[in-house]
Formats: sequence, C-alpha cells, structure tokens
Amino acid sequence: MVGETITVHPVLSTVLQRLGLGLLTLFFVSIIIFSAIAMLPGDFGEQVLGQTALPETVEAFRRELGLDKPAWIRYIDWIAAVLQGDLGTSFSGRASSGSDESRSVVELVGPRLWNTLFLAGVTALIAVPLSLFLGITAALKRNSLYDRGVNAVTLTTISFPEFFLAYLLIVFLAGYFPTLANVTADMPLGERLYKVALPALTMTLVIVAHMMRMTRAAIINLLASPYIEMAQLKGASKTKVILKHALPNAWAPIATVIAFNLAYLVVGVVVVEVVFVYPGIGQLMVDSVSSRDIPVAQACALIFAATYILLNLLADIIGIVTNPRLLHPR
Amino acid sequence: MSKQEQTYSAAGEVGQIVTKRSWWERAKIALRKAPVSAWFGMIVIAFYAFVAIFAQVLAPYGEADVFSKADLPWASLGGDEAHIFGTDQIGRDVLSRLIYGAQNTIGIALITTLLSFFIGGALGLVAAINRAWLDQLLSRGVDVLMSIPSLIFALMLLSIFGSSIPSLIMIIAVLDSTRVFRLTRSVAANVVVMDYVEAARLRGEGLSWIMRREILPNIMPPLVAEFGLRFSFVFLTIAALSFLGLGIQPPTADWGSMVRDGSRFIQFVKFDWTLALPSLLPAGAVALLTVAVNFVVDWFLHKTSGLRDE
Repeated sequence: MVGETITVHPVLSTVLQRLGLGLLTLFFVSIIIFSAIAMLPGDFGEQVLGQTALPETVEAFRRELGLDKPAWIRYIDWIAAVLQGDLGTSFSGRASSGSDESRSVVELVGPRLWNTLFLAGVTALIAVPLSLFLGITAALKRNSLYDRGVNAVTLTTISFPEFFLAYLLIVFLAGYFPTLANVTADMPLGERLYKVALPALTMTLVIVAHMMRMTRAAIINLLASPYIEMAQLKGASKTKVILKHALPNAWAPIATVIAFNLAYLVVGVVVVEVVFVYPGIGQLMVDSVSSRDIPVAQACALIFAATYILLNLLADIIGIVTNPRLLHPR
Repeated sequence: MSKQEQTYSAAGEVGQIVTKRSWWERAKIALRKAPVSAWFGMIVIAFYAFVAIFAQVLAPYGEADVFSKADLPWASLGGDEAHIFGTDQIGRDVLSRLIYGAQNTIGIALITTLLSFFIGGALGLVAAINRAWLDQLLSRGVDVLMSIPSLIFALMLLSIFGSSIPSLIMIIAVLDSTRVFRLTRSVAANVVVMDYVEAARLRGEGLSWIMRREILPNIMPPLVAEFGLRFSFVFLTIAALSFLGLGIQPPTADWGSMVRDGSRFIQFVKFDWTLALPSLLPAGAVALLTVAVNFVVDWFLHKTSGLRDE
C-alpha cells in the first residue's frame, strides 16, 4: 500500500504539471486572439456599418464592442462570456439604419462545428488503423522492397499541397463520388458518408503519410534499444519480443503520433473544406476572414487553437501515463 | 635541431601531399556521388529558377493581358490555337500566367523565408549566447506562438491586417521564424560552450562578432537544410492562403489563386477529365517544386549528418 502511493505520485504530479502548463498556454492564446479586436484599425465601427451609418449607431456599436472600457476589463468580460458559451454577435448583417439582422456566433458556428467533427471523425476512423498497420509492418520489414515502396510514396504525398491531392482524387474518382460535399443537417447517415467520401479520402492521404512515417520511426527507434536486443539474445520468440517487450513501451510514441496527427487534421481541414465546398468550420473561418467578420474569425481561431492544444496535451499525458519507466520507478 | 628531423608524424606526411581542394572542387565531388532523386530535384529547381528569373522573356503574353476568346480551357474544346493552355475566365493566357506565377509565387516565398531566417536566426543566436532572462522570455513566447496552428494564426492575423503582399510576407515570416528560432537556438547552444567561443569572449569580441564569426559558420549545415524545408513550407502556406483567396491578390498571377480560378469546372470533370487541368497545372507546379526541394534536402541532410558521424 505504501509502495503504491509512492509509485502513483510521480505520474500524478507530472500530469498535473502538464495540465497546468496546457491551461497556461490556453490563457496566453486567448489573450492573443482577444487582442485581435484591440489591434483593429481606427474607425472600425464606420467600416462595418457603412459610411451612411448614423453617429448614434456607430457609438452604440463601439459601446457593444466595449471600446469605451480599458483592455483588461474587456478581456475579462470576453473570456467570462466565452466560458459561458457566448461567443458574441457576428458583424455581418448589421445595417447602417440600425435594424439589426446579425446572428449570434454560436448559432453560426454550432452546426458547422458538428460537420467538421464528423468529417474529421470519418477521416480518423480510416486513417489511424491504416497508418498504424503500414507503419508497424514497414518498421518490422525494414529496408525491404515493401518498406522502400511505402516510404517513397509517403514522402511524395507529404510534399504535395492538400489541394493538389484533392484535384488528383477528383480526376480519378469523380465518376464514382460527388465532387461537392454539400451535406445538410437532415441527411441520413449513408448519404452523408457518400458525400464526404472524397474530402475524407483526401485528408486520409495527407494524414496517413505523416502518421505512418512517425509510427515507423518510433518503432524502429524502439527496436534498436538495448533491452530488445537483450530479449532477442536470450532467445525469446519474435512474437514474444514484440508483444511483451516492445509493445508496452510503444504505446506512448504511438499515442503521441495519433494525437499529434489529429491536431494536424484540424489545420488540414481548412483547405480541404474549401475545395469540396463542405459546410464546416474551416470554410466559415475563411469566409469570416475575407469579410473581416472578426467575432466569427475569433471564435473559429479559438476553437481550432483549443482543439490543437488539448490534443497535444492529451498526447503528452498519454505518453506520461503509459510510460513504464514512470509507472514503475525504482 | 637534429631531434626535430627525427620526429615523424603520419599526419604531417599526409598533410604535405593533400592539397586543399577549393569549394567548387569539393562540390563537384559531392555532386558526382549524388543519388538520382537529388539530381532530379536539382534539375527541377534549376528549371524553376530559370523560368522565374526570365519570366518576362519567356512568357508569350503579358501577365494581365486580356484576349477576346475567354473561358475556353483547351484548343481541343474550341479554344484558340494561339493559347496552348487556353485562357482563363476573363481571357488571360494561362501559359503566360503560369510563367509569371513562377516569378511571383517563388519570389514572395523566397523573400518570406529569408526574412524568417533573419528574424529567427538572429534571435536564436542571441538566446543561445545570452542564456539569461532573454532566452527564457523568447523561448516561452515561441512556445505560445507555436501552440496555435500556423495556418489558423495566419488567417487570424490576415483578418486584422488585410491581405496585401507586405502584410502576407511579414505575417508568415514572423510565424515561421519561431521554428527557425528553435532550431538555431538548440544547435547554437552546443557551439556556445566550445572553448574557442570562450576565447573570443575573453579577448573582448562583441556579441555581433561572436554570432557571425564564431558560431554561425559552425551551425551552417543544419541551417541550410532547414532553409530548404522552411522554403517549401512557406511556399505551400502562401499557395494555400492564395487558394483560399486570402493570399496574393489579383491581377498578380499566382499559382494558388490560379488553382482556385480553375476549380469552376470541377463539377464537369466526370464527363471530361481534361477540365481538371486548369486547376491541376498550377497545383502540380506547386507540388513538383516542393517534392524537388524535399529530395535535395533529404540528400543534403543525409550527407551532412553522415559526415558528422564519421
């Protein structure tokens, strides 16, 4: 019992440390994203509402943005609202006459976030098992023809831009799958899957290349370590070496690879959504940036950054929790 | 005197025979041993560089010249024989725009990468030399900047500053310099502790001398390889932003926005695959260059790291 409290302690403290660091990063990132509105050029009120806006309307708009208060109070107000699920009101749809047809950011982001998560989920379901399989088999058959082939193909796809892969897939598969992924909320699952086939496949190609190479490197690194050689030298069978000696140490790098690539997926989704006109959050962010709809862009950036940071944090924590050296300290 | 004549050293004898090879001779020997993929990469890069530099001479028409036969991609589809790759939606010659696109896209990516190396490299060297509060401040700042995906961050900043070429260059250079900073700092940290740096410091050399003359020459190989990787990354980011309509703005010819313009035929690709070519040509131009750069960097990394192991 006494031994157990001692063994759990270093893991827990490291995990708490990482969690603290992750929260701190999120805090700084939220400040950066918040200061976006503070860095806006001079008279943004007139720019959004149009030149014909009444002075009273512009004044009301400025008050809504809180430009009459000091920055740190605005930050506290903003972050408190965000934590309660209120991301503000979109700039678009505001008229100079004062009639307000703008929508709340949550209303805009909500359904699109769900769409993006669906696309990312489908991609992950295909890409994760596939790349783990390719990576592990390539590592075990190192320097074979198979390994070299897989390596050459993935090195090439890594250096391709996402849109090039997307158009290549369109050329080859346009006859079988729709090139417009215009999903709607009330679509049955089967049709939805059929519509997202091409975007999901594009992202799979991008992700698999990265994930497979990282898995392969992690496994090769592991198989080169002295204790694996020791296990082989003492005459353990090949399956036993892999299952009993290599695998417990492999979980951490593999989990890191998966989480890291899911984080990468978050970024890749932007371009792919635009290619296939998929109504996701990446497309929304691009639209809001080109129309300079700052609250929506802020909300999207916050969601992307938070997902990215949390996934990397998750990779860290899985790495710590499954590390045998930390679990069984001497 | 006679004692000195008797001492024999193998290194001394070899030293008499070995003539110091010039930089060009060493480069020629290395090139002869380069694998096919590296040769392929170098030839492609040379071709791109040639097209980019001589775009004004090579292009049959101007960057923004508009012709009456608009929106017909190919001669085979009823386009004009005078335009090999046809004209785009407002009648500009696609081949000319591809050639000018090389100049604009590669030029802007190159300037951005150089700027990002200047910022990241200088700060990284300073952080490695002056390992006090400045190093802590810069490193933690870079940690926070790197925790946001750079494409998302670039989009966010573009929404504030608007899409113009100077702001595009500045934003991407600053975001990308974080990675240069990390690499420079970690490589330079190993060199800073060397005795000759200490000696330079003791004889009173300033910060700038130590950076330029003592450390920089010794960390060049990883930085050169990183330059190739960063260039292709920056190049891809700019192409992606232009594709999203937020990078290089028309009428400047640029591959990313050409892909975007060409995509209007995409619904009809299932009837005739050549309709994908207006998008595939510029996208392929981007892809080929990044593949070529990656091949060369791969070879260079292999070569320099191999030499270090020996």
